Amino acid sequence: MATTRILEWLGRIYIWLLLAFLYLPIIIMALMSFNVSPFYQLPFEWTTEWYASLWQNDQLIAATWNSVEIAVIATIICTVLGSAASLALYRYEFRGKKFLQALLFPPIAIPWLITGTAMLIFFFRVGIGRGLHAILLGHVALALPYVIVVVSARLQTFAPELEEAARSLGANQWQVTRRVTLPWIMPGVIAGGLFAFAVSFDQFVVSYFLATPGQTTLPVEIYAAIRKGFTPEINAVSTIIIVVSMALMLLTARFFKFGGEK
Amino acid sequence: MAGVQVSDVSRSFGAHKALDDVSIDFADGGFYALLGPSGSGKTTLLRQIAGFDFPDSGRITIGGESVERVPVEKRRIGMVFQNYALFPNMSVADNVAFGLSVRGEVKAVIATEVQRALDLVQLGKLGGRRPHQLSGGQRQRVALARAIVTKPRVLLLDEPLGALDKALRVDMQIELKRIQREIGITTIFVTHDQEEALTMSDRIGILRDGRLVQEGPPEEIYDRPKTEFAATFLGDANIFRGDTTGNGIRLADGTAIAAGAGATLAAGGKASCAVRPERIRIATDAGAPDGNANMLKGQVSKRIFAGNNSTYFVERGGQTLKVIVQNTGMERLAEGQDVVLRWSPESTVLIAAG
Repeated sequence: MATTRILEWLGRIYIWLLLAFLYLPIIIMALMSFNVSPFYQLPFEWTTEWYASLWQNDQLIAATWNSVEIAVIATIICTVLGSAASLALYRYEFRGKKFLQALLFPPIAIPWLITGTAMLIFFFRVGIGRGLHAILLGHVALALPYVIVVVSARLQTFAPELEEAARSLGANQWQVTRRVTLPWIMPGVIAGGLFAFAVSFDQFVVSYFLATPGQTTLPVEIYAAIRKGFTPEINAVSTIIIVVSMALMLLTARFFKFGGEK
Repeated sequence: MAGVQVSDVSRSFGAHKALDDVSIDFADGGFYALLGPSGSGKTTLLRQIAGFDFPDSGRITIGGESVERVPVEKRRIGMVFQNYALFPNMSVADNVAFGLSVRGEVKAVIATEVQRALDLVQLGKLGGRRPHQLSGGQRQRVALARAIVTKPRVLLLDEPLGALDKALRVDMQIELKRIQREIGITTIFVTHDQEEALTMSDRIGILRDGRLVQEGPPEEIYDRPKTEFAATFLGDANIFRGDTTGNGIRLADGTAIAAGAGATLAAGGKASCAVRPERIRIATDAGAPDGNANMLKGQVSKRIFAGNNSTYFVERGGQTLKVIVQNTGMERLAEGQDVVLRWSPESTVLIAAG
C-alpha cells in the first residue's frame, strides 16, 4: 500500500517536472515581454511598451506576415497533394510503388542544412533563384513527406470494404472519396496539415539559404535581429505566436480525436 | 427484380484458377446459397456478380442484360458484407440513406424510404444512433436495410451471419428469410455453414477449387449427392469404395452393397456408395433376414451422446462408420459391442469414381 502511494507521488512529481521543463522557458519569455527592463531585470514592472514598439517594427511585422502566408499556402498545397498521393498509394498497385514509398522517408532524415544547400544550388541553376517563391517551394518539398506519412498511417486503419460498400450503393469514385474515405482520414489530414504548418513556420535553415535581403521570414528575421542586439520585441512577437498556435492546437484537438473513433 | 445468369465464367489470379468455367442460373426471386470451403471460389464468384472484379472469360447477365464489364456502381445490386461495412462517420439513418442520396433523390423521398427500410428490419426507432452504438445483430439489420433501400435487382450476401453468435444467427436466418420473401428479391448468399445453406435456401450450389460441384434444391443435393465431396461437405456420409456391379458396388472383401439411388454405371469400373448416418439401423443381433437390405457386421468403438441423439462409431474392415440413432429411450449400446448394421438400397447413393 505505502509503496504504491510513494510511486504514485513520484509519478506526479515526474509529470510536473516534465511540464515545468517544457513550459517554464516559454512562461518566463512571455512574462519578460511585459517587463519594463529589456535585460530581464527584476523586480517585474508591467508594460506593454514592447508590444507597442513591435507594432512600429515594420521589418519584423513584414517578416511575420511572410511567414504566415508561406506557411498557410505551403500547408494547403501539402495537404491537398499529400492526401491525394496517399490515396493513390493506398488504392493502386503500380510498378515502382514500393520504391517510391521508400523514397519518401530520406527527406525527413536528411539534415535541413544539407537540403537547404542543395536547394539553393539547384534553384540557382534552374533559374528559380532566391526569394519568397523559392522559400515556398522549398517548404512544400520539405513538408510534403510528413503529410504523406501521417495520412498513409491513418489510411492503414481504413477498412477497404467501406469503399466497396459505397460503390455497391451506386456511388462514383468522387462520391466514395468525398463522403466515405475523406471523413475517415480527416484526422490524419488535419494532423498532417499541422505538421506541414509547423515545418514551414519553424523553418530557419532552408529559409535562410533561400531568402533575399529585405524579404525574409520571421525565424530568419529574429536571427538577424538577435545578431544585431536582442530586444524584448522578439519576446513580444514570440508570445503572440505561441498564444495563437496553442489556441489553434487546442481547437484542433477539440474537434478531432487524433486517435480516431473506436 | 431480376434473375442472374452466370455462363462459363473463369477467373485466375496469377497461376491460381479461382473460378474455372462456372455456370449457374439464379432464378428470379429465388434464395440461392453458394456453399464451399474457404478457397473454393464462392466469394470470387459473388464479387464477379457484384462487379468488384471482372471475369477473364464468360458471361454474366442480370435481368437478361449483359453486365460482365459493367462496374459495380452501375449494376444496381445490393450487398451485405461479412463485417457489415457500415460507414462509421454517419448515423444509422444516413447509412441507409447513402444509396438514395448519391443517386440525387430528393430529401422527402429519402426520409420516407429510409424509415420504411428501417421499419422492415425492425429498427425504426434507431435511425439517430451511430453504428458503434449498435449490437452485432442490429448492425447486421442496418447493413441489410442499406442494401435493399435502393430497390436493387439482386441482393448479394457475403457470409453475413458469420460474425454473430449461434442463437442470434438462428434469429437472423429466420429474419433474413422473412424479409427476402416480403420483398421477393433474388438473393445470392455465400456461406461455408452447411446448416445455414440447408435451412435458408431454395437452391444450393456447392463449389470446390473454383468449380461448381453440384447445384440443386437442398433436399436433392442431400439425398442424391453426385460426388463424394458433395456427400461429405453437405451433411455427413459414410463412403464405401469398390467395383461397380451396375446397381451397386462390391467391396474388396466381396461384400455387395446395393444402391437404389444415384448414377447408373456400367459394371466393371470403380465407384463409391454414400449412406447418411441417420439412415443406418443398428442392432446387436442379426435377427430375421430383412428383404434386400444391405447388411454389415462391426464393432462399436465409441459413442457420443448428444441429448436427442447418439452417434456410434462402428469399426468394420478397417473403416470407421458413423451411425446416428435418435434417443427413443431404448437400450444403449456399449463400446466394444458387436453389432449388425442395416440400411435400405434406397438410402444408398451410387457415385461414379471422381
